[in-house]
Amino acid sequence: MDYNLAKNYLDDEKVQWAPMRDGSGHGMAELGEIKKDMVVIGADTIGSSRAKFFADKFPERFIQVGVAEQNMIGIAAGLAYQGKVPYAVTYAPFLIGRPWEPIRTTIAYPRNHVVFVSSHAGLATGPDGPTHQMTEDISLTRCLPNFTVIAPCDTEQARKAVKAAYDIEGPVYIRNSREKTPVFTTEDTPFEIGKAQVLRKGTDVTVIGHGYMTYFLLQIAEDLKDTISIEVINMHTIKPLDGETLLESAKKTGKVFTAEDHNIVGGLGSAVAEFLSENHPVPLKMHGVMDQFTESGSVKDLWDKYKLDKKGTQEILLEFLNKNK
Amino acid sequence: MSLTDKKIKELELMANRIRKTSLELVTTAGSGHTAGPLGMADIFTALYFNTLKHDPKNPTWPERDRLILSNGHICPVRYATMYHAGYDITEEELKTLRQIGSRLEGHPNARRIPALETSSGPLGEGLSQACGFALAARMDNMDKNYHIWCLMSDGEHQEGMTWEAAMLAGKYKLKNLTAIVDRNNIQIDGVTEEIMPLEPLRSKYESFGWHVLEINAHDMQDIVNKLEEAKAIQEKPVFIIANTIPGKGVDFMENRFGWHGVPPGSGPEDAFPKDQQFDEALKQLQKREDEILSQME
Repeated sequence: MDYNLAKNYLDDEKVQWAPMRDGSGHGMAELGEIKKDMVVIGADTIGSSRAKFFADKFPERFIQVGVAEQNMIGIAAGLAYQGKVPYAVTYAPFLIGRPWEPIRTTIAYPRNHVVFVSSHAGLATGPDGPTHQMTEDISLTRCLPNFTVIAPCDTEQARKAVKAAYDIEGPVYIRNSREKTPVFTTEDTPFEIGKAQVLRKGTDVTVIGHGYMTYFLLQIAEDLKDTISIEVINMHTIKPLDGETLLESAKKTGKVFTAEDHNIVGGLGSAVAEFLSENHPVPLKMHGVMDQFTESGSVKDLWDKYKLDKKGTQEILLEFLNKNK
Repeated sequence: MSLTDKKIKELELMANRIRKTSLELVTTAGSGHTAGPLGMADIFTALYFNTLKHDPKNPTWPERDRLILSNGHICPVRYATMYHAGYDITEEELKTLRQIGSRLEGHPNARRIPALETSSGPLGEGLSQACGFALAARMDNMDKNYHIWCLMSDGEHQEGMTWEAAMLAGKYKLKNLTAIVDRNNIQIDGVTEEIMPLEPLRSKYESFGWHVLEINAHDMQDIVNKLEEAKAIQEKPVFIIANTIPGKGVDFMENRFGWHGVPPGSGPEDAFPKDQQFDEALKQLQKREDEILSQME
């Protein structure tokens, strides 16, 4: 498949960098034009979460709940029961962590169609520190029945995801990081919820990422191409997991490596491990935030220290490959 | 609006039947709440048999009033009321409360019975959802066409989420919303004012921008009058403090928190041993029914 990725996207210097929350903000504002039953709910973060793009255009379909995330969830549920399609938008720790039980009871259990759009997922939040760097949101949503969980790979994919989520039944979580990340997909890159993207074919190892980590995996595959043939999968939808694509790739390469800006407990790595251990066990390495709280710092310093950039991830990948020759 | 004495007596009679049915329900189930359903039977009767705009044969009618039960644990009284009001619940089905496969779950499941409007149980979440319903009605320009009613417990006012919603309803002046609190003063661990005081409840709501009414929740005339008054209030959401007697109608259950979360057959044995609790309770309700019938003649 031709994914129509950006020109010269593998070059750090030439690729455009932009925050995913920009894409989701624009996506919501664009969708509001055609979907008159769409409502956006903000919680005193509408500037930084980009809910403002919608709020400015459609003030009559925007609700400001203030710093009250539990109420935000209840309001969303009430609107959904009445046939509206609410988008609840704020930082990931407050959107998913703080009101988790109301999400479970009022949205997941009755299968209400509510779209959760976050900012501040993962270490790519930067200097705000661990309270605001949400690294457990995938675990918390993935374990709830009826949920669809999406972690777009860049701002363009975030834009497409918030639009596609309108047509999904039940609750949908779309995970965005705060800081700028490389924009390597384009308007012409296809996107389908639940369909993994094999962005690069290979035969020696399958590497799987979500969010901006997919970009680093593509760079690593390019750099190592003379010695190792790496297959790169963008698993933007973590639930439902595209087992078919995963199985086909694992059968071909016989080794799987996952990388994500999320706790290794309960994230993409766990989802892949659950699937492969039942269907086709192969050597597996899960790379990510190693079940710890991290610290403040610039995103680049955090990536370096916690090995979530290209260099660190490549080091972990090569260790894994050396152990499993 | 004042109802005729005859109509009031008919409502009282129905409330007493709903109490009997509620007791039978929880006794057959062998678990569930007793005091709350008995205390709220008069309010449920007034709503379903006088105040609510609804059609039991068409429970998803777009212009129906929405009744949101926040404290889901008193659902036996809602199931009993809906049965008597002619909703699609049979006498046989009532006996399946809390059993595997039943639509009548221990806490309300709106996926199985859409007429329940919401699934509920965990406390403090109903008022937020009711606000969401009211906002949606306003966006559709339907806020004059139907009313949103939210029934709540007093204990769930200890949940912060309740106050987040109370604040929002005041901000948005949700005039199509009325919340009714079952002010029975008890919760599982004891008396509310000892566990975590709620008073002054009236002035709390008033300061959040609500209009507050108070009712004697066992005086049918007072109930129906105040419910009408609530609908007529413009520009503000309305909060009704319904002063209820938990366990109302059965003297050995009244005002006893030991009867909050257990059915007849499992209650405190100071008045009657377990095996006589249901029969004694039913005897008292039957006596009350005979009284009302003789008054009606």
